[in-house]
Amino acid sequence: MDWQAIWLSIRLALSTTALLLLVGVPLAYWLAFSTRRWRFLVEAVVALPLVLPPTVLGFYVLLAIGPRSPVGVLYARLTGGMLPFSFQGLLIASALYSLPFSVQPVANAFQAVDRKLVEASWCLGVSPFATFRKVIVPLARPGIATGAILSFAHTMGEFGVVLMVGGNIAGVTRTVSISIYDQVQALRYDAALETSLFLLGFSFVVLALTYALQRRIWAVWPMS
Amino acid sequence: MADELICRCRKRLRSGFELDAALTIPLDRARVTVLFGPSGSGKTTLLRLLAGLDRPDEGVIVFRGAAWCDSARGVHLPPQQRRAGFLFQDYALFPHLTVAGNVAFACPRDRAAALLETFGLSDLAARYPRAISGGQQQRVALARALAAGSALLLLDEPLSALDAASRVRVRADLRRMLLASGIPAILVTHDRAEAIALGDWMAVLVEGRIRQTGPVQEVLRRPADVQVAESVGVENVLPAKIVLPEMPGRDPGLLTLQVGPQRLQCVDGGETGPLFACIHAEDIALSRDLARSSSIRNRIAGRVVSVAREGPLARVELDCGFPLVALITAQSAAEMELHPGDSVCAIVKATSIHTAASVT
Repeated sequence: MDWQAIWLSIRLALSTTALLLLVGVPLAYWLAFSTRRWRFLVEAVVALPLVLPPTVLGFYVLLAIGPRSPVGVLYARLTGGMLPFSFQGLLIASALYSLPFSVQPVANAFQAVDRKLVEASWCLGVSPFATFRKVIVPLARPGIATGAILSFAHTMGEFGVVLMVGGNIAGVTRTVSISIYDQVQALRYDAALETSLFLLGFSFVVLALTYALQRRIWAVWPMS
Repeated sequence: MADELICRCRKRLRSGFELDAALTIPLDRARVTVLFGPSGSGKTTLLRLLAGLDRPDEGVIVFRGAAWCDSARGVHLPPQQRRAGFLFQDYALFPHLTVAGNVAFACPRDRAAALLETFGLSDLAARYPRAISGGQQQRVALARALAAGSALLLLDEPLSALDAASRVRVRADLRRMLLASGIPAILVTHDRAEAIALGDWMAVLVEGRIRQTGPVQEVLRRPADVQVAESVGVENVLPAKIVLPEMPGRDPGLLTLQVGPQRLQCVDGGETGPLFACIHAEDIALSRDLARSSSIRNRIAGRVVSVAREGPLARVELDCGFPLVALITAQSAAEMELHPGDSVCAIVKATSIHTAASVT
């Protein structure tokens, strides 16, 4: 079994989830509460990865972070490295690809928070940011958890974007799905079967544990 | 710095409804102001403007000399800087926090503990809002607002979320708590009994405009115009005292009231202390003689002061030692040949007299 690829996928999925929490939660807040007229445009952009083929998304990301692009030039000046075919480049692409999976559940959860609770907090002299932290986030926790799980699971299983942006470098960009593809191409079916089975079991256990844990957490909450 | 709240605000809602309210509340006299009006008259909209939750199209709000809003100068303080504790109809307690957590939401724990004690909530401190009664939720909301150091309390129909049985009990409690807090309160209601039981001062809002302000009894007794009279709806609000029964145990469920020189009987609402007897003018029947042969408990001798026709009805003002207004059909008035100075007897069923406590 290709443990190196498995470990790389887990690292990539965890990093992507963390990055998406950092970027996705503020974005979801803006989408949930903004009254701007052009909000629908941002909503459409966020949802794009749902409909675009991974190859198209991957191709654009490759162009955008390439060594001659502004992003690539800036990155090279700061770190001396290159984004394409690196873990960091893969992280950017994964985050973009999973953006709707993290933003939409969180934005829905924010919207579902009773507006009166937010206003009550404001009237008690609590700032908008503290209200967000003390009222909105705790009440939207199930939605935030869902967004994080979906980002993680989606990144664990991604293939096309990774191949376009990361290529197939062992220990750097060869994720578990690419490793399985390699094994099948090389007609090493028993190895492919082993890795696939592991991925299936791992994904199932992670999802089952998270949902079980969530239920426990909400069960501690008051029931009417 | 005048101790008053001045509000002159205009706001047009998307529905086309326009609020154009001009109001000055003397906070030294008006500890509890009742914002009274029928549904859709703009009460909640006005409350939200005061809290800073909505912005008026144009207007001025000055609280105790501080400009909360002045559209001409571009001043619009956010709710956080106004500190107007807003009590929503359903109290809006934070469902993920315990009673103690709610009260301590915007203040130190020790201050919250003292308030829990004051409001008799210590035993419920560890409970969640959904596990306590409506009356208790209201106390938590009030304690939470006071804990946060509110300068003004805004209550949106504070009793509407309660069932009828607990409403009367909670009403007296609420008035006591509002007075004890020492913080001026503005309270929205469309219920006469609530207005009488809770308020010192009253502002009547009809179709987005403040039509009358003044002491509650004054406004109820002398509505400035027909619309105010229609919206306040009760013509007779009489100061009364409870007469203790001479033979205890007689007439269970009935209460004898001393109103002016007269004694009236009404259904015992469980209230004590000084109160007001409220009688709708249309619940009063008139008779030439003291009709003793009926089930009706109250027969009040009086003298006709005036008779005025109002469409199919006649409004008869009586002097029974206190002013009393009766509304009878114009036909009856004609048949009885009522003229000013005539002696008549006003007949009121005990169930038609409603009491409202006046806690001071």
